[in-house]
Amino acid sequence: MWENIRSSLRGIWSHKLRSFLTTLGVIIGIASIIAIVSIVEGTNRKLERSLVGSGNNVTTVALSQDSWPYDFSSGVPSGIPVVSEGLLQQVRQLDGVEGATAYRTRQSWNGAYYLDRPLGEGTITGISDSFLDTMQFSVARGRDFTAGEYARGGKVALVDESTVENLFDGADPLGLAIEIQQEPFVVVGVIRDDNAQAAEYDSLDDYYMYGYRSGGSHVYIPDQAWPIIYQFDEPQTVGVRAASTGQMASVGSRAAEILNTNVYHDSIRYTAVNAMEDAEELKTLTNSIQLMLVSIASLSLLVGGIGVMNIMLVSVTERTAEIGLKKALGAKNRTILAQFLTESAVLTSVGGILGVLLGIGLAKIISVVAGLEFGVSVPWILIAVGFSMVIGILFGAMPASRAARLDPIEALRRE
Amino acid sequence: MLLELEHIFKTYSNDQLDVPALKDVSLQVERGDYLAIMGPSGSGKSTLMNLIGCLDRPTSGTYRLDGTDLLSLSDNALSEIRCHKIGFVFQSFQLLPGETALQNVMLPLSFAGVRRADRPEIARRALERVGLGDRLDFLPSQLSGGQKQRVAIARALVNDPEILLADEPTGALDQKSGAAVMDLFEQLNAEGVTLIVITHDANVGSRARKILHIVDGEILEHRESPQTAGEKGAEPA
Repeated sequence: MWENIRSSLRGIWSHKLRSFLTTLGVIIGIASIIAIVSIVEGTNRKLERSLVGSGNNVTTVALSQDSWPYDFSSGVPSGIPVVSEGLLQQVRQLDGVEGATAYRTRQSWNGAYYLDRPLGEGTITGISDSFLDTMQFSVARGRDFTAGEYARGGKVALVDESTVENLFDGADPLGLAIEIQQEPFVVVGVIRDDNAQAAEYDSLDDYYMYGYRSGGSHVYIPDQAWPIIYQFDEPQTVGVRAASTGQMASVGSRAAEILNTNVYHDSIRYTAVNAMEDAEELKTLTNSIQLMLVSIASLSLLVGGIGVMNIMLVSVTERTAEIGLKKALGAKNRTILAQFLTESAVLTSVGGILGVLLGIGLAKIISVVAGLEFGVSVPWILIAVGFSMVIGILFGAMPASRAARLDPIEALRRE
Repeated sequence: MLLELEHIFKTYSNDQLDVPALKDVSLQVERGDYLAIMGPSGSGKSTLMNLIGCLDRPTSGTYRLDGTDLLSLSDNALSEIRCHKIGFVFQSFQLLPGETALQNVMLPLSFAGVRRADRPEIARRALERVGLGDRLDFLPSQLSGGQKQRVAIARALVNDPEILLADEPTGALDQKSGAAVMDLFEQLNAEGVTLIVITHDANVGSRARKILHIVDGEILEHRESPQTAGEKGAEPA
């Protein structure tokens, strides 16, 4: 076997141009499949990362009405109590939950001012002491709220970098007062989302996930200070961090179930914002597109296979004397068959490997040009090389069996 | 008896025409024999060689090699026989051009299932036996005609066959190299190798101990070579 492979490689090398031209069909076919798959893979990764977040695995369980987030500016609906510490503990004890935190949040336009400078698009969020840890935010500058500020609702604020940019032109905001609903709050710290990657925030993001991960600038105040600027007894949203991305969906829906225990309202319920599901849905779409494109690319593999069959027939004819000699020296039919099958399989496998390299190169170029993420699918590479080998065996079968069945007398007579 | 052919008929059929190539050929070869099969072209001597070499099957008759009836064997079994019991030497050498002398001689070893590690040593000894111990790594294109034929003989000998079957072994060689090859045959025969040489060249045939003339598919004459007839005593033709 190994001997056959070695002599096949030698044969391919001694007919470099011919081998290359023969396998061109296979090379192009495999290259396009790999390029398509890599691009789709890249798109999928990007989708997942954009929708699900880059690995903090936090799923949001929020009140929604008719599958739209409930808007608290229209008042606190009756029959919906605030989330009790007891319920939150139940959520924390679910399998696969690493942390949970209840908070109140408002999408707002110009929800905060510094002097006469408005914030623009952003959110105001009232947080408890478990928030930063659960969301995996960290304090970049300044300090976290003190236990006292959390407990008594101090008029202090944490802001993100975007707020620093928009309200303070990037200058140090620590110690300065901002105004929320005509109330002053002193900025004590700047926080950073440890998981967010700047590169993800581009147009595709806005497109798909506006509302899931709210864009704009974020200002955080102690939850206990929330009634000062908005209203008492406003039901919270709960952020739940799952142990793994795969557990987000189930953790979200179980948490929603628990949070709905005390909800008595016809149409407003706690619902997990299932970004993962949305991502999977979109991936189903891209995957079906991928399947279609791959089938089209497979046609060129068919053409490539026919080219290989053709050249193998030529090779059998050229080497009739060699086949006759080997048979006269005692080679069995299956030895000859194996030799030619190996040769065509090696030929197409080499083509497949070249195709994979070319395809990866193409995908890299396209991902750079189109601004997509670059992802190489290892299983697909193995499938592609395996498939090209199968093509060699399939299309080499006819020429090889013709070689194996050659009459040695006839074969030796021809020189 | 090493090899026995009895009442062998071989008829080639094409369309409506039956062409008889061999008509009732019987022949016996003993271990250690040196037999020349002579005849003009078209006489059926190549057909006979193909039958003896298990490359072809007769239309009727029996063929026993070393006691085994070969005609009942499958194609695979015949391959085994060719591999282990018969060594071929061709007029045009039939060496693989891209492989060295040593690699050419190793080829039948791979068909015989000899372990890869053992092959070079066995092949080297076969090449030394034909006097080419110093040409192991030469390509066929770097060898003279006589040397090429000796490589082919080494290849034929490498699996220790019962019979060495040579088809016009000097046909492509000049006088001198041809004579050297015939000397080698004589030496091998003296070492105990059973030889069958097919030729139309009387000079070549006369070197054998027995000569069989075949004309129009029939054995015309079966006699001891004049050289050796005296030594072994007369046998019926």
